[in-house]
Amino acid sequence: MSGVLTALVVLLALLLGIGLVLRIGAKRLAPDEDSVVERINAVLPQTQCAQCGYPGCRPYAEAIARGEADINQCPPGGETGVRELAELLGREPKPLDAERGETKPPQVALIDEDRCIGCTLCIQACPVDAIVGAARRMHTVIEADCTGCELCLPPCPVDCIDLVPRPAPFIWPEPDAPRRSIPIEVRHG
Amino acid sequence: MAEFELGRHLYRFPGGLKLRHHKQIACRDPLTPAPLPERLWLPLAQHQGPAGECLVEPGDRVVGGQPLTRARSDREVPIHAPTSGTVEALRDGPVSWPPGGQARCIVLIPDGEDRFEPLDVPEDWTYESTDALIERLRAGGLAGLGGAVFPTAAKLRGEFPPIRALILNGSECEPYISCDEMLMRSRPEAIIEGARMLARATGADDVVIAIEDQMGEVRKRLNAAIRAVDAEAPIRVVQVTTIYPEGGEKQLIQVLTGQEVPHDGLPQDLGLVCLNVATAAAARDILIDGRPVIERIVTVSGPGIRHPRNFVVRLGTPIAGLIAAADGTTGAIDRLVLGGPMSGLPLASDRIPITKGSNCILALRPEDTAREQPVMPCINCGECIRVCPASLLPQMLYKHLVADDFDTARELNLFDCIECGCCAHVCPSHIPLVDHYRHGKGVLRERGIEDARAARAKARFEAREARLAEREAARREQREARERRLKDADRAQDEVRAAIERARARAQKDTGDAGDNDA
Repeated sequence: MSGVLTALVVLLALLLGIGLVLRIGAKRLAPDEDSVVERINAVLPQTQCAQCGYPGCRPYAEAIARGEADINQCPPGGETGVRELAELLGREPKPLDAERGETKPPQVALIDEDRCIGCTLCIQACPVDAIVGAARRMHTVIEADCTGCELCLPPCPVDCIDLVPRPAPFIWPEPDAPRRSIPIEVRHG
Repeated sequence: MAEFELGRHLYRFPGGLKLRHHKQIACRDPLTPAPLPERLWLPLAQHQGPAGECLVEPGDRVVGGQPLTRARSDREVPIHAPTSGTVEALRDGPVSWPPGGQARCIVLIPDGEDRFEPLDVPEDWTYESTDALIERLRAGGLAGLGGAVFPTAAKLRGEFPPIRALILNGSECEPYISCDEMLMRSRPEAIIEGARMLARATGADDVVIAIEDQMGEVRKRLNAAIRAVDAEAPIRVVQVTTIYPEGGEKQLIQVLTGQEVPHDGLPQDLGLVCLNVATAAAARDILIDGRPVIERIVTVSGPGIRHPRNFVVRLGTPIAGLIAAADGTTGAIDRLVLGGPMSGLPLASDRIPITKGSNCILALRPEDTAREQPVMPCINCGECIRVCPASLLPQMLYKHLVADDFDTARELNLFDCIECGCCAHVCPSHIPLVDHYRHGKGVLRERGIEDARAARAKARFEAREARLAEREAARREQREARERRLKDADRAQDEVRAAIERARARAQKDTGDAGDNDA
């Protein structure tokens, strides 16, 4: 009888001990929310265009980490971006949400300086501070910093901003690779 | 820094090919100046790095040797007027890089008088400080004339260990190209004088001029020049075995020292600087004659050229003029190549001008460029591994690149490929391997640019968010302070009264004024 009791006591003590260790471990080693957000954010293209419904790439990354947002809401990232997010989060890739917009080639904003009236509205709208200018003075876009997010277009009262394709660096064209298999003559008969 | 005695013992680099030379056909005639064309097209950027600041406007009259752009750092190289004339325009014209692309050029119409105004030269260059020497070389527009056009000033000074030895590369190993050989034959003294100057500018106390073992005549002339200029100078001529691509910087260093330039390093890490012999001669011209880099020797050769030869060409001369000066072509031409047949660049137009890096123009007939056989799949024969001078795995690189797995290709050291073309030359499946590597490098470089762009956008977005949050917090603080004040009834009464007073005073002052309603 005492054997059974001893066994019970030992088991109970073990359970309590393990429970305690797990409890402390769970608190001390909680999954780092920030690092998850950081890793999602690293996949996002940093266009800061808000087409995903959140005010920037980081807020969208936070929403994905919280499980609020889906992974297919980023048009600048395109299908490649969705695939990378799916891989990172261990989910099934899905097609881009067409309602959010379409993937476009890289572009930059260009202000028609003759038409600009210097209202500063675009400066306030730019998420990356890529427009310089002062009230009633001509504004201009810092090309190197513009992400082509289009957020400066709606506030402009005189419609003087255009988006133009960003000059792409030259990439040596890929030769036609011999992807076909070795031609084999098939004999019939 | 490792120990070695430069060139006392010759080592071997892995791989490489023994190729037929085809050089003598262009060396039979003496060097002659090419005729001046109607217009010179001078691309603003003729070197690796950003273009200098343009100093001239359309309509300006210039004399030969006058700087047309200004360098603001060692990475920029100025260009100079090759002859006297009038600047017609600043216009986009065809250039060799990017292939088929255009770049901004200064278009100069020569006036035929060919007036020349030398740069300021030191009375005795041996009294100049090394920095002053490098400054003068930079002002003279000196960049690597071997073909890569790396700004020489950036090679001579920078954050690297002290330079012990200078290697002058005269071992142009690619078939057909003979401009350096012609230079060494015709102006050996200039090379030796330039070598002394460059050794002084780098602080090197040992100079080796590397030439090919087939250039016996050149060796004699260089040795005679050493005796004539300064018999005591620590300059030696070393003949290296002719195996393509031993004229590549890294390969030549390996042959002379037995050591490899580190994967992510520079020759300077070994205490070495490697420059082309033509760069040395140009350094001498800058410091003695005050003549900046306004001309170079160009080989015009290939089976499609009627009379292959070497010309001294003013920069900016369109290629068409050179081909005409070489008595034109033998018939239909399928392809014009800048550089040699192994690593050269196909040209989109014969209007492309000669720049500082143009060493050779090849004209190929249709029968020279026709594919013998279609491209076939890789059969893993390993021939490419055997010939690769950079000890890479060309067939593995190729397989990852066609699978768009660029990251693995990078891990397999794609960027150590020197694009010599040996692997593609021996490939029994006729796979254009180098084109695949160039494509892969381009994709990876673009990705690097995109990543840098994204990182900058992220930083700027976060900085803006922080600024807006700070501003919002300050505003809230102010509002709360005001609310606290207004809780006190008496003070609130006073504030309201004061506000009414202020408004009344303003109304009296502003009567009839339309008012300025902007913020």
